[in-house]
Amino acid sequence: MTELHPTRAGELPKALTGIRGLDEVTRGGLPRGRPTLVCGGPGSGKTLVALTFLVNGATRFDEPGVLMTFEENGEEIANDVASLGFDLPALIAAKKLAVDYVHVERSEIEETGEYDLEGLFVRLDYAIKSVGAKRVVLDTIESLFAGLSNTNILRAELRRLFRWLKDRGMTAVITGERGDGLLTRQGLEEYVSDAVILLDHRVHDQTSTRRLRVVKYRGSHHGTNEYPFLIGADGISVLPVSSMALQHDAPLDRVSSGVASLDQMLSGSGYYRGSTILVSGTAGTGKTSLAAHFLNAACGRGERCLWFLFEESPQQLLRNMRSVGIDLAPWVAAGLLQFHADRPSRHGLETHLVSMHQLVADFKPSVTVIDPVTNLMTVGTYADVQAMLTRLIDHLKTENVTAMLTSLTPAADETDSTISSLMDTWIVLANDSVDGVYRRGLGLRKSRGMAHSNEIREFELSDQGLHMLAPAAERREAEAPRRTSLKGQGHRVAVI
Amino acid sequence: MLQSSETETFLLRLYIAGQTPKSLGALTNLKIICEAHLQGRYELEIIDLVENPALAGGDQILAVPTLVRRLPEPIKKIIGDLSNRERVLVGLDLRSR
Repeated sequence: MTELHPTRAGELPKALTGIRGLDEVTRGGLPRGRPTLVCGGPGSGKTLVALTFLVNGATRFDEPGVLMTFEENGEEIANDVASLGFDLPALIAAKKLAVDYVHVERSEIEETGEYDLEGLFVRLDYAIKSVGAKRVVLDTIESLFAGLSNTNILRAELRRLFRWLKDRGMTAVITGERGDGLLTRQGLEEYVSDAVILLDHRVHDQTSTRRLRVVKYRGSHHGTNEYPFLIGADGISVLPVSSMALQHDAPLDRVSSGVASLDQMLSGSGYYRGSTILVSGTAGTGKTSLAAHFLNAACGRGERCLWFLFEESPQQLLRNMRSVGIDLAPWVAAGLLQFHADRPSRHGLETHLVSMHQLVADFKPSVTVIDPVTNLMTVGTYADVQAMLTRLIDHLKTENVTAMLTSLTPAADETDSTISSLMDTWIVLANDSVDGVYRRGLGLRKSRGMAHSNEIREFELSDQGLHMLAPAAERREAEAPRRTSLKGQGHRVAVI
Repeated sequence: MLQSSETETFLLRLYIAGQTPKSLGALTNLKIICEAHLQGRYELEIIDLVENPALAGGDQILAVPTLVRRLPEPIKKIIGDLSNRERVLVGLDLRSR
């Protein structure tokens, strides 16, 4: 994993892309004054990465830019990126961006004798001067190979072009389509050797994930992993797991769990606001009920709650919770509680993450529940899921949203340890058969930053909701004959 | 058979970038071809992109030299130093392929 260090001494100067995550992976951005190749298959997001670099340069870093586009005209590109909030016409009007659409129609061209691409240089030079550009994007210059037949001239001219850009100190992004056995169809990587970023859009078990990898970065340290990245309503973000900057506020105020006796176990006042709570247990241990108590209390305080359902429909959930005495329907009617039910397998992790980000951004909940988070694990590998959850939790913490994740655990599993390190509080529920009856137990495996109870408490779920029985020690004194322990083979509660 | 291109007036534009050998060669070659095949029915405009860089975009000029046949339509472009007369004539639709 890349560490989050700023550009190290002795490294060449860099230009920030402003793309969240990418600047961390590259330790400060792209090589300043030099060209970077961004390559990938069709639809992998090359153009978007390049444009984001350009637009951020113009809007955030006071570095105007030139877009030379070979595939789509300026209007088409402006439309493509308008949904991301990029207003290209405004940037052009403000002289922060120049767009030149280079179009070669082979059918109307006859080649005879020697030529060069000085016309391209003239146009680029003109565009650069018109806005005082510091950044240049060529998207996708390989299209020229389809328009002109003399590849020897083309190659020589491209080599000259990249040198020319360097001589002018342009921080450039050149996009290239992935070729057969090559990073780009025409082997551009041979000419652009300073930095190469590879984008990938792959389908795993019929769900898609986007990835980014820095293949090469001359004269600089960089993260070498493949990082998942997202294209969302607010543009691109790359997810280096270490991007969890750990700079969130650590609020001291508490929010009730909705169960008074559980609040007592949590040093008397419940969870920390903005913290992340994992509730794990096997099927039927009361995870969802515990979440419902929590949301019920939050809505009772007038707070907005968002519940992601990956297993049940909202109707099922409402019915089931009514059976334990929690009626959430009024909160839905009041607009305080919103459900978002989805099948995990419907989308890739990326899409889930994006839609969850968007829902959180739109609804602005103070509490959110993901139930069960383990269902997402069917969509990708553990590493993918962990990266996604890290990013999501990071985001929720930044927004000061208290999050509860339920985890359906088989008896022996790895899943909890995969994500539990991201959690502030970990509640383990068990349902053990003791003397021919199932008895429910709740334990706090951990709760950061507070003196929490280390007891395992037995509880009951009735039409009055979740009711915690007296601590075992007290009950031992009161009713010695019923003394039992919540022991069960393979159950985690028993070994806490 | 008389083609329409054999009667119409040709409007030609030659894009060059400075007085390079390729530019000068193209201009010489073009003048010879025009005098031989289009005498009295062509107009030639020469645009030096070094002096007028803003004009390169309009005709989608990339390669230099580029000869553009603006009229008769459709627009035709011939890139290179125009040293191959046959291909220039084909490009101008003055000779079938």
